[in-house]
Amino acid sequence: MNTFIDRFSTTSAASQVRKLKEQEEDEFSDAAWGSEAGFGNLAKGIPSFSVPSVHDPTAFLRLHTDDHADPNCRIKIQHGTTTLAFRFQGGVIVAVDSRATAGSYIASGTVKKVIEINPYLLGTMAGGAADCQYWETYLGIQCRLHELRNRERISVAAASKYLSNLVYSYKGMGLSMGTMICGWDKTGPAVYYVDSDGTRLKGDLFSVGSGSTFAYGVLDQGYHWDLTDEEAQELGRRSIYAAGHRDAFSGNTCNLYHVKEDGWNFIGNFDISKMHYEGPGNVPGAPGTGYGYDVRVLGRNSSNPPPPEAAPAVAAHA
Amino acid sequence: MVAVPDMDSLVNPQQRQFNPYTENGGTILAIAGADFTVIAGDTRQSEGYSIQTRYAPKVFRLTDKAVLAVNGFAADGNMFVKKVKQRLEWYRHAHAKDMPLRAIARLIQTMLYARRFFPFYVYNILGGIEDDGTGAVYSFDPVGSYERETCRAAGAAQSLVQPFLDNQIYFKNQLAAPGMSHPTHLPLPDVLSIVIDSFTSATERHIEVGDGLEMYVVLAKGRGLGGMEAIGGVQELSERTEGERLFVVRRELKKD
Repeated sequence: MNTFIDRFSTTSAASQVRKLKEQEEDEFSDAAWGSEAGFGNLAKGIPSFSVPSVHDPTAFLRLHTDDHADPNCRIKIQHGTTTLAFRFQGGVIVAVDSRATAGSYIASGTVKKVIEINPYLLGTMAGGAADCQYWETYLGIQCRLHELRNRERISVAAASKYLSNLVYSYKGMGLSMGTMICGWDKTGPAVYYVDSDGTRLKGDLFSVGSGSTFAYGVLDQGYHWDLTDEEAQELGRRSIYAAGHRDAFSGNTCNLYHVKEDGWNFIGNFDISKMHYEGPGNVPGAPGTGYGYDVRVLGRNSSNPPPPEAAPAVAAHA
Repeated sequence: MVAVPDMDSLVNPQQRQFNPYTENGGTILAIAGADFTVIAGDTRQSEGYSIQTRYAPKVFRLTDKAVLAVNGFAADGNMFVKKVKQRLEWYRHAHAKDMPLRAIARLIQTMLYARRFFPFYVYNILGGIEDDGTGAVYSFDPVGSYERETCRAAGAAQSLVQPFLDNQIYFKNQLAAPGMSHPTHLPLPDVLSIVIDSFTSATERHIEVGDGLEMYVVLAKGRGLGGMEAIGGVQELSERTEGERLFVVRRELKKD
């Protein structure tokens, strides 16, 4: 009799063991075993996550991963970034830096903070690198499924809302993302800001990350809707340079993208130190000189003599 | 007899902590060449100031063209490698071929991210040969963000080794001789020397690095041994000589 009760009760020790076993088996669905030709289980819906068997899993995660609460904690999540995106007459400009820091150590100077969701959609990365990479890749899968089901491309509004609803369902679990979903759809160029708190904003101009204040400084004073393509690209580049120069947690290089009606284009990768001394090189919109060095030292002492054409102007002043 | 808790523990607040992680030291490193990749790690495993063992491998063969190095918490690392190998075997049964390197990289991302709320405390570096025959290195953080790179050091001495690699592999802060340019890829013997120098130097200056060095060398299909013959103590791990070839080179490091 007891064994019979055990078999069907939901609270007995036997059922607890049974539940645990089911959890174990759930970790690998039939898909993993090859019954779906080993193609995995991503397309099926939201993947499952293992959670530690403790009273408060979120506190556990915070204890071990959040480097703001405790600098000595073991698992460091990459922080520190400058990303920006803005809408203008000629499309959308997306510009980001490429530095990843773990505490004060520069873990990488070559991070790709623009995630190419599909040929018409870009996402930017600020906060947890893995959170952004994983969920924006996942968003790419869902956007493709939307195309197949509805025979038309997903709008930027719908894609960003899909992401924001998704991260909202994990609210309080410790996800960390500050992202801009940028693209071109039936309505024209579009930029949406989405973060892990669940905020979703439509706008013309955003900057996210520790260096965002510096980027906004340059961006706001140079921005207007009627910017030409060259001027807009230069503004994006110059803003990331400003952030890389003044924010210790941003820097290394700038990756620049331009979204137009026929999808996004990668404009280039620009070294921030090089931009300081020599400028971005021979690219459309470039000023032909460095952004930071010449303007400060040119003509100030004998080792930095004024350029020949500028000499008479100085003399005239005197 | 039922155990009755004493009044003290009922009245006063109590704190318990679930601390499943520890740090086991060591360093791993991988460098990609034009048609080869070297993945290396030391073999010391320690906890705090005491050495648990002088031979605990941190670098593992996944397939003939993919090698995985793990660093951080050894128990998590070994379990993770076991699960990756299991998934690769299932893939072999389903598709009758080895998983391509870029697919292994994405697999590792999803496996790490599945533990986003209870992470494996492991830094992974995946090295091997891509389908187009080029050498490749993928580096991961503990929750699965990853990127393809040319070289990467991780672990206890990463802050000692990575700047050396930036200088010797990427030629950072070096000016090329007039009329010359820096090479994009180094030949295998040069890379092996750089790896050995990295670990002997890390052993000198870091207490958690030492004892032994294991270097896995993956050669692209159809590439000659070019530079492997001159090196002593080489053991071949690949069974077939027509595909990608895999070797392990072992060296001693200081044990104090």
